[in-house]
Amino acid sequence: MKEIRVLSPTAILGYGFPEESFIEGMRRKPHVIAVDAGSTDPGPYYLGAGYSFTDRNAVKRDLAIMIPAALEAGIPVMIGTAGGSGARPHVEETVDIIKEIASEQSLHFKLVILQSEFEKEFVKEKIRKGDIMPLGPVDELKESDVDESIHIVAQMGEEPFIKALESGANVILAGRSYDPCEFSALAIQQGFDKALAIHMGKILECAAITALPGSGSDCMLGTLREDSFVVEPLNPIRKCTALSVAAHSLYEKSNPYILPGPGGALDLHETKFNQLSDTQVEVSGTKFIPTEEYFVKLEGVRRVGYRTMSPAATHDPIMISQIDTIIEKVRERVIDNFRNSGMKDFYLDFKIYGKKGVMNMFPKTADSTSDELLIIIEAVAPTQEQANTICGFARSTMLHYGYEGRISTAGNLAFPFSPSDCKMGAVYEFNVYHLMRIEDTCEPFPMSFIEF
Amino acid sequence: MAKYKLTELASVIRSKNSGPYELTFDVIFKDFETFYKVKEAQAINKQNFCEIYGIPESDIFHLVYFDPAKAVKVTIRRPIASGALGETDVYGAQQHAPLMALEIEF
Repeated sequence: MKEIRVLSPTAILGYGFPEESFIEGMRRKPHVIAVDAGSTDPGPYYLGAGYSFTDRNAVKRDLAIMIPAALEAGIPVMIGTAGGSGARPHVEETVDIIKEIASEQSLHFKLVILQSEFEKEFVKEKIRKGDIMPLGPVDELKESDVDESIHIVAQMGEEPFIKALESGANVILAGRSYDPCEFSALAIQQGFDKALAIHMGKILECAAITALPGSGSDCMLGTLREDSFVVEPLNPIRKCTALSVAAHSLYEKSNPYILPGPGGALDLHETKFNQLSDTQVEVSGTKFIPTEEYFVKLEGVRRVGYRTMSPAATHDPIMISQIDTIIEKVRERVIDNFRNSGMKDFYLDFKIYGKKGVMNMFPKTADSTSDELLIIIEAVAPTQEQANTICGFARSTMLHYGYEGRISTAGNLAFPFSPSDCKMGAVYEFNVYHLMRIEDTCEPFPMSFIEF
Repeated sequence: MAKYKLTELASVIRSKNSGPYELTFDVIFKDFETFYKVKEAQAINKQNFCEIYGIPESDIFHLVYFDPAKAVKVTIRRPIASGALGETDVYGAQQHAPLMALEIEF
């Protein structure tokens, strides 16, 4: 094979794509259709709760087009980070969707499933062997962190995908994967340059986000040759420019010159971005620097409690001028009220929009003001019932709190909704974000298959 | 030496998570000429970045001038992990506004 063409239909499985773009992609006779189905961007909840941030019907719509088209063309479909987070329940949900499609369209094919969720005992054993280290600004991983985790997944490299291809898979559904892998695996298996294959995967995994105008729900094609690769959008309203593709190297990355992944890092110091035509960009010069040992990234979350919140607003200038004091007084009243009721272990927060609500992550940035404030009263407690109690009590206390100089005595808050409080269920936070040294690049990611 | 607001010189100013424990900021300049002048003068630097966000220099992991995209990238420690209690911006996509107000000299 002199070149490998990879069709990327959409940035995230379920984000959709115009059928015209997809048909144009199939007309180019791709060797594989690949799609990334997940991200940690939506936060820790989805890994903990075991379901996807993407919509089931939308995921089914995309796969119901991709799978039959690939089978007809005799090429594989490769899906990474199934169900948004890639733990077992996320993979199972996507397997169910694929089963429905196979049955509804009477399709016959081999589905290979690669799991990426680790048993806690395996991770603890790895801690004891000294095979786990922090990734970035986190503490050393303790066995108690592992016990507290709901699911722990690892980002697999391209090797398990290659093994699945070699087993005769028509559709590969993988748990948590390093994003470029499902795009690069076939090319690496066929002996193409690994650096270029992975770099092309890095760009294709975001589909048309790289193009101008950018879109997370439109198709891109990558063509990998011996010394370079070419990326291009498949919708005539978009184009790739040398700048749009170079700028994509920045997106969601720590350092645009060095992009680490399982087994090594891409080095972009010598990378050239060359405008080939109006819509196509050729990329060359990227290097792959292998690490001496093979590391995969672990992700895990723990449950911290249950959340209830109440959005409420004010337009009263006297109230607004005293908002910080009012909040402190309300907080004191809540704590005092439940002091002897066994409810001490809760988190109560007031997010104040109109007064540095967004920028509160950086407390020393400049203050902001507004003639209206939205106050989100938030309670997190060990049970949903306690969270309801704390949030509800804080809300009623704030509604009738007699602050200094008050002249509006009928109620301090404007509620947009009835009921005013919203039960939000379990709350999770990341507690595993580490590297794990592994010897065998496939063995930790067990493979199974279903014949339809 | 002249003073410029970053919004006069840049076509893109954005922020986003780079994993749950880092925030990354990109400034993409309108033209290469301006970019190279800014780079030459190191007009965006650890010192003025830390000043506007009120963070210590040790919280900056990378400050890179990326020539192919005429861009500056600054990656910092996220004050809290994405989605942890106290979160205000799960995706980290709206932390860029102080950077829009940055004035640089070169």
